Amino acid sequence: METLVNVPALATTEEGYLKNHKEWNEDWARETAVQYGIDLTDKHWALLRWLRQKNEEGVALTIRKVANSGLADIKQFYQLFPGGPLKVSSKIAGIPKPVSCI
Amino acid sequence: MKNLLILGGGTAGTMMANKLRKELKASEWQIRIVDKDPLHYYQPGFLFIPFGIYQPHDIVRTKKEFLAPDIDLLINEVEEIKGRENKVLIKGGQELPYNVLIIATGAQVVPEETEGLKAELWHKDIFDFYTFDGSVALSKKLETWEGGKMVINLAESVIKCPVAPLEFTFLADAYFTDKGIRDKVEIIYVTPLSGAFTKPKATRILSKLLEEKNIKVVPDFYLQRVDNERKVIISYDEQEVPFDLLVSIPVNKGADVINRSSMGDEDGLNFVPTDKFTLQSKNFENIFVIGDATNVPASKAGSVAHFEAEILTENILSYVNGMPMEARFDGHSNCFIETGYGKATLIDFNYDTEPLPGKFPWPVLGPMGLLKVNRSNHWGKLAFRWVYWHMLLTGKKLPVSTHMSMAGKEVEPAKEEEVLV
Repeated sequence: METLVNVPALATTEEGYLKNHKEWNEDWARETAVQYGIDLTDKHWALLRWLRQKNEEGVALTIRKVANSGLADIKQFYQLFPGGPLKVSSKIAGIPKPVSCI
Repeated sequence: MKNLLILGGGTAGTMMANKLRKELKASEWQIRIVDKDPLHYYQPGFLFIPFGIYQPHDIVRTKKEFLAPDIDLLINEVEEIKGRENKVLIKGGQELPYNVLIIATGAQVVPEETEGLKAELWHKDIFDFYTFDGSVALSKKLETWEGGKMVINLAESVIKCPVAPLEFTFLADAYFTDKGIRDKVEIIYVTPLSGAFTKPKATRILSKLLEEKNIKVVPDFYLQRVDNERKVIISYDEQEVPFDLLVSIPVNKGADVINRSSMGDEDGLNFVPTDKFTLQSKNFENIFVIGDATNVPASKAGSVAHFEAEILTENILSYVNGMPMEARFDGHSNCFIETGYGKATLIDFNYDTEPLPGKFPWPVLGPMGLLKVNRSNHWGKLAFRWVYWHMLLTGKKLPVSTHMSMAGKEVEPAKEEEVLV
C-alpha cells in the first residue's frame, strides 16, 4: 500500500464526517480510507463518485439505493466498505452522515 | 371544461382537492380524485391501536365525507399514467384526460422485499403496525402475550413517519409496565442507522430516554432475511438478533402504478423525481407530486404533506394562470413523538435546520416544548386527531406557519472548536 504523506487535514465532525464537502479531494479520501483498512480500487472510486453526485442532487441515500445504482449489490457494498458500508463510504466520500429526522 | 386529476385520496390528495376547489371555478375546472379504497384511515392512529389507546373505529372514515361538493371521487385502480399523452388509464380500460395531474399516491410497506418476513410467522409472531390490518392484529397479539424478547426492526431508513418506530418502542415500555410484566419483556430496537437518534441535538437531549426505559439499541443492522424456524433476524453482514415477537417496519416503496408507468426514481423504490422546492415533477411540467409519493429529502409525514399543500396550491394556481411559480417548500416538518406515560416530545425542522430545543408555536408561551418531554405535547398529539378530521383535510388554515420559523427555538453559540476552524 502506498504511504501518503503531507495530506492536509480537513475539518470533520466529532464522528469523522467532513464538515465541508467542497474541500474533499482524492488524496484525503485515500488517507481516510486507510484508517478503515481500505485500499481504494476502481470499484470504490466509482461508488464514491456516485455518492458525491447523489449528495449534490440532494438525494437521501440508503444502502438499498446504492445497491440499485448497478455499481455493487448489497453484499459487495459490505465487502468494499466493511462495518457500516453507507456510514464508512459517506465518510470517505466526504458527504454528510446518513440520518433520520431526529 | 378543464380537468384537474388527483391520484390518491389520502391526506395529501384530499387537502389538495379541497384547497383547489376553493380557488378554481367549478364552471371551468373539474376536480376528480381516483383512489382504489373508499376508506380514509387516520394513519397516525395506527401507532395507538396495538396498545388499545385507540380502537379501530376511531381512525376510519369514508373518503367522500371530507371532500367538498363539486369534487368527483372515483373508486378505481390506476393502471398507468401516460405523461406524454396527458392521460391516465384506469382499470377497465377507460382513459381519463387531464390538464393538470397531481400524484398523491403515497408510500406503502412492502414486506415481500425481505426474504422470510411475510412467511409462516407473519401475523403470528411477526407484525407490522403501518397498516390497519397489521396494527389490529398486533393489538390482539399483545392482549395475551406473556413476555419475551420484543424486537422492533427497521428494514430500511427511508420510511414513512420515521419517528413512529421509536414512539412504538416507548409506548410498549409503558404498556408492559402498566400490565405489570415489564420485567418479563426485553425490548430491543434494531436500526440500519448509527443509532435510535442521529441528529446531534436530539441525540444529546433525548438519548437518556432509552436508558431510562431500559431499551437496548442494536445499530448498523441492515436486514437481509428472517429465519422463521430459528426466530432470528439476520443482517447482510451476518449479525443475528433473536426474537420472540418481531415488530417490523418493512421496506417502504411508492405505489406500483409509478413503476408500471416508468415514472419512478432510478433507485427502484417507486418514488417520483420531484423538484424539492416547487413540487413540480422533474419530467412533466403539468404533473405535480405531493406527500409520501415524492423523492424529496423531507420526512414522509402528514405535516410535510400539509406544508407542501400550502405551497403546491399557490404554485398550481400560478401554473394554470401562466404565471411563474414562486412558492418554495423548505422541507418543513413538525412531529409529535409519544414517549409514554402521557408525555410526548415535539420536533420542528426543515431541509437545512436540525430539530432544536425551544417552545412551540409561540416563543416563551409555548404551550408546547421542542425536544422537551411533557404533558402539553401529549395533549397536542391527541388533539391533533380532531384537527386532522375537521381542519386539515378540509383545507382550513392552521395556526402554524408553512415555512419553518426560528421563533422560539434556542440556538446555542457555536462551540469553540467550530469557531477555530
